[in-house]
Amino acid sequence: MITHGHSDHARGGSKHYYSTPATADIMRYRIDQDLDISEYGYADGFEKNGVLFEFFSAGHVLGSAQVRVSYGGESWINTGDYKVENDGVSGDFTPTTCDHFITECTFGLPIFRWKPQAEVFSEINAWWAANAAVGELSIIYSYSLGKAQRVLHGLDTSIGPIYAHYTVEQINAIYKRHGAKLPQTESLTDLTAKTADPTGIIVAPPGLQDGRLVKALKVKHDAMASGWMAIRGIRRRRSYDKGFVLSDHADWPGLIQAIAGSGASSIYPVHGYTEIYTRFLQDQGYNAKDFHLELERTT
Amino acid sequence: MKRFAQLYKEVDSTTRVLPKVKALVDYFREAPDSEAIWVIALFTHRRPKRLISTIYLREWAIEISGLPTWLFEDSYHICGDLAETISLVLPPPTKYVSHPLSYYFQQMVNLRGEDTEVIRAWILDTWDSLPHQERFLFCKFITGGFRVGVSDKLLVRALGQAHHIEESDMAYKLMGDWTPRDTQLQDLLADDQSANIARPYPFYLAYALEKDADDLGDPSEWSAEYKWDGIRSQFIKRAGEWFLWSRGEDLINGSFPEFSGLLDLPDGTVIDGELIAHDPLHADPIPHPGEFNALQKRLGRKKPGKKTLDDNPVTIIAYDLLEWDGVDLREQAFAQRRELLKALVNNQDNSLLRLSPIINFNDWNEVRELREGARKHGAEGLMIKRYDSPYRVGRKKGDWWKYKVDPYTIDAVMTYAQSGHGRRSNLFTDFTFGLWENGELITFAKAYSGLTDVQFREVSKYVRANTLEKYGPVRKVKAELVMELAFEGVHLSSRHKSGVAVRFPRIKRWRKDKTAAEADQLSTLKTLIER
Repeated sequence: MITHGHSDHARGGSKHYYSTPATADIMRYRIDQDLDISEYGYADGFEKNGVLFEFFSAGHVLGSAQVRVSYGGESWINTGDYKVENDGVSGDFTPTTCDHFITECTFGLPIFRWKPQAEVFSEINAWWAANAAVGELSIIYSYSLGKAQRVLHGLDTSIGPIYAHYTVEQINAIYKRHGAKLPQTESLTDLTAKTADPTGIIVAPPGLQDGRLVKALKVKHDAMASGWMAIRGIRRRRSYDKGFVLSDHADWPGLIQAIAGSGASSIYPVHGYTEIYTRFLQDQGYNAKDFHLELERTT
Repeated sequence: MKRFAQLYKEVDSTTRVLPKVKALVDYFREAPDSEAIWVIALFTHRRPKRLISTIYLREWAIEISGLPTWLFEDSYHICGDLAETISLVLPPPTKYVSHPLSYYFQQMVNLRGEDTEVIRAWILDTWDSLPHQERFLFCKFITGGFRVGVSDKLLVRALGQAHHIEESDMAYKLMGDWTPRDTQLQDLLADDQSANIARPYPFYLAYALEKDADDLGDPSEWSAEYKWDGIRSQFIKRAGEWFLWSRGEDLINGSFPEFSGLLDLPDGTVIDGELIAHDPLHADPIPHPGEFNALQKRLGRKKPGKKTLDDNPVTIIAYDLLEWDGVDLREQAFAQRRELLKALVNNQDNSLLRLSPIINFNDWNEVRELREGARKHGAEGLMIKRYDSPYRVGRKKGDWWKYKVDPYTIDAVMTYAQSGHGRRSNLFTDFTFGLWENGELITFAKAYSGLTDVQFREVSKYVRANTLEKYGPVRKVKAELVMELAFEGVHLSSRHKSGVAVRFPRIKRWRKDKTAAEADQLSTLKTLIER
């Protein structure tokens, strides 16, 4: 049962999968074209041995879902990753009730509070426009599934051309197939320092930082779009010129809002600052338990 | 404040020097003098004293954010910066009222000593009036510490460019005991250099000699002195008053009142030298500095009592003369300045001032031998200076070189580990080390630096898997990892269980090739004590 297509949540090796249609497409592209997947849309419940399974939109990336499992009058939700703000390409977060709520808490600290997306994008576009005005190429690093499409959706195409890395373009195609509106991008593959339009911006995954390609293109301005950029120390440590605070995970108020909306009597935080967040919920009178999942933290 | 926030944003959003200088120059050209003076003060460590203890600030931030105390503290530990934590956890402001930068500092001065309630009202109202970035800066002002990647040097350069004043001249103008409250920018930048009799010269700093001494060429062009391990200082006597400056541009008259004993020196005298703990047991010609610890004791006391003064005597070992008879000598050759200095020091009979002896040598081999023997004289190596060199400004290569003895090293076993702060809160970065004595590991040093990030991660993994006991953030670990520690000196200490204390310990390398049993004995360390 797959919540969304990021590689720490969707792995190969299973005989059979259940997911939303968009997640199924992403898995087929990223893992194996021949995966055996049963696809169900949001709110298309299906039963297995008398147990009801339902997907509800999670707003994290295209196709992301919270999974609700109900049996004998008791229901559980596993949120997977989620955010409560609609980013324009990943769908709404659908608040859904249950008895037991397993929630991510990647940014489960009160120092994480996101600004409305529109404000962040006006910062990003202003930065890009300033670089373009002096004829210097920009690059913005963002994960190729989800963040990149969100960034593309928010870029002001009147500033200059957008160059997208190959892995980003592949995911773009899946997004477009599922109805997302993304701007025209040009391929980065054969771009050189000479042919690149200096008013342009490159959208590429963070793995390319310090890569040969970027050096060859003589990019002067680099930026990272991530929730971690909210902390000055982290931003400086990763030595990006610019860090834009843009996350596909819920911030502190978002997490609390989701828990209240679930109406659940028991909360199980996973991924992230679970120890701290669990203790906070207990302080607030919730029946909360730290699951201690030995999973790597995602960004 | 808004314009300053923009400057901060520009400076903070780049790691390169040129854009930073450009942002500062733009700022200084645009900002009114009354604002600029505070920015200069801020970046040269001259801001007003802290208005109120951070304990209150935390308390108020906790109260307003409605967070439990432990959650605030955990967040602070992970964020690593108090001002940033406070500005992030506070609810969004309900209004926007931005004053000039000078207002906030003036208020900090005016409200000092007022009732806590009055201060509280002002701070809470300000928190509620500023958007995040400006609120963060305000918190930085009131919590103390403002390190944002703008060094004194960078500021001097930018201010010089903005006002068309040469860099070294600018550095000179900014030195001294001025405060932004009662200084006008135009007075600070004015040509009249005699306006401030306390004003020191910028120190000339040497680089370490990395290459072979032979490469310096003809040995007869160079002088050698011991490199003393004290506080680099400038002693000034002008217009009947004396001033003692440390290299950090701190006026340290208060901590060292005995130097009023040098008031007999003629007016218009500026001496560059090393302030050292004076060991009366060792006679001239080679002065022998006492323990650095004694000096630390003195430096920590703003108004030392008689006993402190008597127990920890100090002296200045003079090695250069920057001003004589009111004339700036810095453009003259070192040899000439040195002759004048020699005459000056020899002419007075006062244990507060001694001459740093020039050591004769004929070739570079001899210099290398002198360096190896430097520790016997309580020095940490040699200073090699070109006889015809002027006294330059700041750290410059070419004429003056530090020629330090290699540090001592010893192989020690890690016994305890503690997690780091801020960006390193998920790693163990602070380690305690022990040496063997009668089959037991005796703690003798703590070290924080020296490993790469990858190694820190590897060690952290080891710590997590091999924890024997937890004491809060400290963990006792299985004594298996051996690290080679480097340090600058070792002396007897009654405060340490091992009976010795090492100076400036740091990790030189991880000895993966050694088992704990092969680490050094405590007795080996004790043989290094030189008395």
